[in-house]
Amino acid sequence: MADQGVEYRICPLNQLPEGGGVLAVAGEVEVGVFRVRGRVHAYENRCRHQGGPVCTGEILGRYEQVLNPDGTVIGERFNPDQLRIACPWHGWEYDLETGRCTADPGYRLRRFPVEVRDGDVFIRV
Amino acid sequence: MATRAEPRQATVISDRSFSFLANARKEAEQRGLFDVPIVDCDCHVYETTATREIARYIENPAVRRPFERYSEAMIMHAMMPGNLGDRNVAGRIKTDLDAHLPTGKYNGVHPIASGLLHSMDQMAIDYAILFPTPMLTLGTHPQPEVEVELARAYNRWLIEQVLVASPRIRTLAYLPLSDPDASVAFVEEFADRPGVLGFMVTAVRYQPIHQNRFMKVFAALNEGGLPLAFHSGPNWSDRPFEQLNRFISAHALGFPFYAMVQLTNVVINGLPERFPRIRFIFMEAGQAWVPFLIARLDNEYRQRSSEAPLLKRLPSDYIRQMFFTTQPFEHLRSAEHTRTVLEMMDGRHSLLYSSDYPHQDFDLPSQIWDLPFLTGDEKRDILGGNAMRLFGLPAPARTPSSQ
Repeated sequence: MADQGVEYRICPLNQLPEGGGVLAVAGEVEVGVFRVRGRVHAYENRCRHQGGPVCTGEILGRYEQVLNPDGTVIGERFNPDQLRIACPWHGWEYDLETGRCTADPGYRLRRFPVEVRDGDVFIRV
Repeated sequence: MATRAEPRQATVISDRSFSFLANARKEAEQRGLFDVPIVDCDCHVYETTATREIARYIENPAVRRPFERYSEAMIMHAMMPGNLGDRNVAGRIKTDLDAHLPTGKYNGVHPIASGLLHSMDQMAIDYAILFPTPMLTLGTHPQPEVEVELARAYNRWLIEQVLVASPRIRTLAYLPLSDPDASVAFVEEFADRPGVLGFMVTAVRYQPIHQNRFMKVFAALNEGGLPLAFHSGPNWSDRPFEQLNRFISAHALGFPFYAMVQLTNVVINGLPERFPRIRFIFMEAGQAWVPFLIARLDNEYRQRSSEAPLLKRLPSDYIRQMFFTTQPFEHLRSAEHTRTVLEMMDGRHSLLYSSDYPHQDFDLPSQIWDLPFLTGDEKRDILGGNAMRLFGLPAPARTPSSQ
């Protein structure tokens, strides 16, 4: 992990649930720290839309529509392999692994470097 | 080799719980918005949470009885026109958490006023103009007496129980247009009550407002030089929207649809010529529909002016004298395009900031403040100056301009 900024210990990795996360206050910044498919991601708790507390939102699999080859709809389902977090203010959704807004990828959550060391999760702010 | 600095310990909030509007205060502080007079021209109360209180103000005992006896859910089911649609996108949006707004800070005032003042303080709003929520469907109620009775009770309750809490909370009183005589009586009863800045008609309704039976209502408003707002909404059950299978579709089209119907009737029937002292306001339909309607009506009028014989100018000349609330502010992909929309509707003078809080598509003042093409004075006009002039509001006490 690059040495810029201040390093904060968040919590032991085993306290970070797979497909979930914690909200932490690191200095002046609120950060959501999430564990997705074994990797840890940290984002500022600020939606790129209006600044809402995005990291406190619902985490859901991508909602997708399944089609037949002829274009008819089979049905709809949540895809648990593509987790998204929805801002509780207005519902803007972000890919939990990339931080990109799923509807408009030009928007991306502010991301912080993460390191897992000796069983603990660290971020640098 | 440099020694690694000892890590600091972050404070972990394990369940990701939060204060719903804490981030709103941060956004306002970062921009210095607590020093800018801001008037929220459209925010809402969930009045059905105070059903028992409002019931005491209902005069007709037949209408009053179910409001005295039924639960909030039963009243929504049995007494209010339906308003289909999942606003909160299957629970992704959490505006229901507003039920837990802190109320202790403003001891002695109604809890609804307390919660509202709290949210205003978080968003840096000086004045809030308050409207109901479920009652916005009452214009389609098949019993006109229910709209009249409930509207009268709501207005009296709001004035006596909620607006009394603070001069920062105002309203445009509900006008039950399904009964023109009752509406005239409403203007007489409520126009001068403390906190009332004018009147509001729900835009989702089927009484053609150009008919002669409604002219007495416009005459009463005109005599007082009063603002009249049409508050729009969606109505997924309406025939034009039955083809739409998603609420996103009905919601996107519904608000501007009903606003366009009402505004077209106002302009084409020459109501601004007949009642020039009424200040017309169109609420909660965004902005992009206004240039569209300007284009359509001007083009048609040049071809068929005999069908609008009261007009002395192009329809757009009348439209540009009207007012429009900002929420939901529609950001086009190019800021230049957004600037053009605002220029076409003379947004510097016609736009009135509105939050729509606590509804699910609310806008913070930053939505206006951050527009890159507006000057500081233009931002201040849209956020508060236009509304303060329109409604005659004094400068708010906590802003530098009043010190």
